[in-house]
Amino acid sequence: MGNGENDGQPVIETQGIEVVADGFCILEALNHTIPAGAVVAILGPNGAGKSTYLKVLLGLVTPTNGSALVFSHPPGKAPPSWIGYVPQIKTLDRAFPARSCELVVNGLRGRWPWRITPAEHDAAMAELARVGAAQVAHRPLAALSGGELQRVYLARALVRRPKLVLLDEPAAGIDVTGELDLYRVLEHYHHDTGATILMITHDWATAAHHASHALLINRRQICFAPSQVALTDENLRQAFGHAQHDHLMHLGKDSDA
Amino acid sequence: MLEALSLPFMQRALLAGLLIAFTTSYFGVFVVQRSLAFMGSGLAHAAFGGVALGLLLEHEPLWIAVPFTIIVAILITWVRDHTRLAADTVIGVFFAFAMALGIVFLSMRTSYSADAFTYLFGSILAVQAIDLWFAGLVALLTLLSIPLWSRWAYATFDREAARADGLNVLAHDYLLAIAIAVAVVVAVKVIGIVLLSAFLVIPAAAARLLANRFASMTTFAVGLSLLTVVAGVLASYEFDIPTGATIILAQVAAFALALLTSIALRRQRIRRARQMTP
Repeated sequence: MGNGENDGQPVIETQGIEVVADGFCILEALNHTIPAGAVVAILGPNGAGKSTYLKVLLGLVTPTNGSALVFSHPPGKAPPSWIGYVPQIKTLDRAFPARSCELVVNGLRGRWPWRITPAEHDAAMAELARVGAAQVAHRPLAALSGGELQRVYLARALVRRPKLVLLDEPAAGIDVTGELDLYRVLEHYHHDTGATILMITHDWATAAHHASHALLINRRQICFAPSQVALTDENLRQAFGHAQHDHLMHLGKDSDA
Repeated sequence: MLEALSLPFMQRALLAGLLIAFTTSYFGVFVVQRSLAFMGSGLAHAAFGGVALGLLLEHEPLWIAVPFTIIVAILITWVRDHTRLAADTVIGVFFAFAMALGIVFLSMRTSYSADAFTYLFGSILAVQAIDLWFAGLVALLTLLSIPLWSRWAYATFDREAARADGLNVLAHDYLLAIAIAVAVVVAVKVIGIVLLSAFLVIPAAAARLLANRFASMTTFAVGLSLLTVVAGVLASYEFDIPTGATIILAQVAAFALALLTSIALRRQRIRRARQMTP
């Protein structure tokens, strides 16, 4: 697993991160160090601050308190090409006049392309083929289904060969085949590059199966540890509350079986 | 019809129209794609405040209207950034403020003059050398801003993604607002405050209907805008009707054609898709 180049070097270090928005504390007490090559499942109920956490790492949200380091740089200061980000699908705008392959070239360049060079076109096509979206390469965004758009955004994030991949609920709103494809693509990418992957998910079983580490958040950090250690009844109860506990236990047994 | 072009005032009208069409349609694609159509109308009315102040101070109105409109554009952008108000709400406030200031400034003038009202409806046939130089300078600045297209397009597509890629989206918001303000002021005397937003909105909207890529939307918008100026200037001479309004009628005709074309293309695509599925 991984190319071993920077194994052990922390990719993300947070100390006492606190985010206050409109007078409400939406995130606090985040203290963890994520080693290079980790695959981290970020779990927590709705409104737990999971997306805000990713935005802090991207430099899009500035913490009110505490500090975060990404590749030993303050958020937003590391070279942007080191990070690939797949935003939540429901926040994406399809009204912009663009074709799928342009979106991927945009990820490659970090600018919007006026003209696409043959080399960029080849790179974009190869990436789209890898995520299983080659057939929609020349389609406008407005003509894509949710699952297709998700694949195109994954290609857009991976085409720059990032050392850190941040995914905000990549499995939301896609069917089982799409989900399996997504994890297969991420596993291959992780295997080939040794990149660190952070993924917000609601799916406990997925976290247990695919992730090396789990970060449990409910407005504050409940736990960050290797998944087997982190995903205990007690931690899940703290993160999700009692109401969902039975359901989660049940899922846990299923995935163990 | 072409003998019209041997007349100097027609040559000036055509040249001024083409320069303004280029500038406004180029920035218009960002205006339309960012849902800022009201910005054009708001800034044109803001320019009226500046023109009135220029007339009050007995200065060339353009030299006062440019900084005045830029300040209004900056204030609109600042308030949008510091509140949760929608863009059209903020524009509505400053639109009214600048217009009211303009009326007060005009009332303070001792001598009445009709020239303030030529700015309301524009006078493309009365274009003077200074207007042409100014329009030319702004068109040149627009050309020089083309390297920023890939940044402005990215921020228009997805602000957060652009920020994550290290783009100072807010600084570019201000820059774009200032550019739109200048493009508007230079067009005010020629097109008039009332109809000016058409130059920003209609060619870009027509282009949006036909284009699947932002780059082609930009070239279509500029091309359509230049074509409609030529058509409008010639038609206004032929039928002896107001030039500015005729250009805008030509733009609307182009928009209607684009609309019908896009509907026909969509129907054709659906039909083809049905034929392909057994």
